[in-house]
Amino acid sequence: MFRYYLKLGLFSIKKNPILSALMVAAIAVGIGACMTVINVDYVMSGNPIPHRSDILYHVQVDSWSPNDPYEDPDLPPEQVTYLDGYALWSAGEARRQVLSYKTGRVIEPEGEGERPFQLESRATTADFFAMFDTPFLYGGGWDASADINEEYVAVIGREINEQVFGGEDSVGRSLVMNGQPYRVTGVLERWEPMPKFYDINNGPFEAVEGVFFPFSVAITNEMGSYGNTSCWKSAEGGWAGRLASECIWMQLWVELHGETEKQDYLTFLNAYAESQKAIGRFDRPVNNRLNNVMEWMDDREVVAEDVNVLLGLAVLFLIVCLLNTIGLLLAKVARKTGDISLRRALGASRHAIFSQYIVEAGIIGIAGGILGVGMTWLGLQGIKGLYGELDFIARLVAMDWPIIFMAIGLAIFSALAAALYPTWRACGVHPASQLKAL
Amino acid sequence: MLIMNDIAKVYRTDTVETHALRQFSLRVGEGEFVSVTGPSGSGKTTFLNIAGLLEEYSSGTYELDGKDVSGLNDSERSRLRNEKIGFIFQSFNLIPELDVFDNVDVPLRYRGFDSAERKKRIDRVLDVVGLGSRPKHLPSQLSGGQQQRVAIARALAGEPRFLLADEPTGNLDSNMAESVMDLLTEINDQGTTIIMVTHEPSLAERAQRNIHVRDGQVYQGEPAIQIAAQTA
Repeated sequence: MFRYYLKLGLFSIKKNPILSALMVAAIAVGIGACMTVINVDYVMSGNPIPHRSDILYHVQVDSWSPNDPYEDPDLPPEQVTYLDGYALWSAGEARRQVLSYKTGRVIEPEGEGERPFQLESRATTADFFAMFDTPFLYGGGWDASADINEEYVAVIGREINEQVFGGEDSVGRSLVMNGQPYRVTGVLERWEPMPKFYDINNGPFEAVEGVFFPFSVAITNEMGSYGNTSCWKSAEGGWAGRLASECIWMQLWVELHGETEKQDYLTFLNAYAESQKAIGRFDRPVNNRLNNVMEWMDDREVVAEDVNVLLGLAVLFLIVCLLNTIGLLLAKVARKTGDISLRRALGASRHAIFSQYIVEAGIIGIAGGILGVGMTWLGLQGIKGLYGELDFIARLVAMDWPIIFMAIGLAIFSALAAALYPTWRACGVHPASQLKAL
Repeated sequence: MLIMNDIAKVYRTDTVETHALRQFSLRVGEGEFVSVTGPSGSGKTTFLNIAGLLEEYSSGTYELDGKDVSGLNDSERSRLRNEKIGFIFQSFNLIPELDVFDNVDVPLRYRGFDSAERKKRIDRVLDVVGLGSRPKHLPSQLSGGQQQRVAIARALAGEPRFLLADEPTGNLDSNMAESVMDLLTEINDQGTTIIMVTHEPSLAERAQRNIHVRDGQVYQGEPAIQIAAQTA
């Protein structure tokens, strides 16, 4: 019977093209508005590393001023000092640990006439690649020994590899940065965690850095931070003073499996805090925190409150569109009472009439969904037009298949929901009521 | 066999109570051709609607083909209507956007026949009504008489025990009406029970038996055909 209802639905749509087009348009506009915001929200709030997000923990220790909390209400700093970061990383208490910060280098391509260019890069430790499960096109990360021995090695992104090495397997070749050659150990496959969870305080929607090299090399070569730095008392005495300061500018992540490991690490952190108190640091009450990836993004409110308000408004707009659709469907049912009455007389049960009209609503929903995908694309292009060609905007407005399927699914669901009342009315048409009047 | 005993049908609004049928009793035997006559508002159509399970009655008992229809739910009534009863309406009631084949197909779809069985039945009944060569015509491309023949084919396709006709020739000229009546007689000769509501005494006379309805009851006075002639 489904194919029969499908045929009847298409007949009905063909018979009432304007009414049907209005319903499709109402659904499409509602879906377009709703999905535009949902797409932005989805990209902003998605889990960037779903298979490991519950074992990766961001570390916070409260090294802030005794007079004021870092952030109300009594939150510890979102980054760590070099002193604390290096000490906690060196302790190696977790299964894996990554200490990193954002910096920048000038790349000097090999070819004749190629001009040097500046590139955002990341100084990090060896576990970065395994912990964050970065995909490699060629090679891999460096060994822990490279951290200790301050080896000039690097992992580069796919784009840099194409730009500098023409896309060839560059493992073992030299990449010259600021006059210093680095041996390439690996080339990353396209990797765009969204949000960029490992450093959200420097822009959760920023692009991944183009090159990674050992943290120890960066410190020895006095590479300054290209990210946010906050200090509660001024740092003096050049680079050594910066390293010895209470300024926060690094991110520390650890890998912990299960609640016991987490509690053990927290105990370790608290003991560390007590040890720092003993030498005159950490004047605030012990306030150390471990947040896994999603907790950390929630804590930092990666999804802006504005987006949530917009989402609510978009859903309301969709509801208004659906109310319009309900009105149009009621008008359609009112015009079809004769047909319904006849079908009832010829043996259609209420259930059969219900199925017929629900299938018709489903067809309208699919059409509304497909048009809604187009509207969503237009909406996202509108956002892009408003905010320009910023890299993170381009990433926010990119549509993927789940969003397309969700748009069509939501449209079908919305159309079916809108059709429930009119269809119920259709089922209530009395079999004898219109037969004389036809 | 159709047996109605003391059927009453009351329509109620907030202020008005209308007795469309009262103590309506009737027995129609297997293979009968019964005409129903009566003045406008006498309850003929209400009787036909109740007989066709299109409306429920207020009180009394009704047995259709040995089955007591009181207390049947909507699905059961729909199934019984689909399997046992064929309808022919005054204004044909064809679905304009469906062609002849698909119009005849409607009750068969709800019966759940497979496509081969449906096609076999549709071809057969279209041949019976003389429209075997026009399955792809739309109703608008047919004359009134041909449209009524399509409606008759639709009513016959499910091989019902009862054919209920409400003024089947009311919208046709006399030639077409005669041809439709010939067809109904032929169908009745093959064993289908027919109950036909009509205003036309000449048509009512073609039935084996006539009942006259007045004020919601089967009139027991003068011979029915004669009364029908007086009131027509």
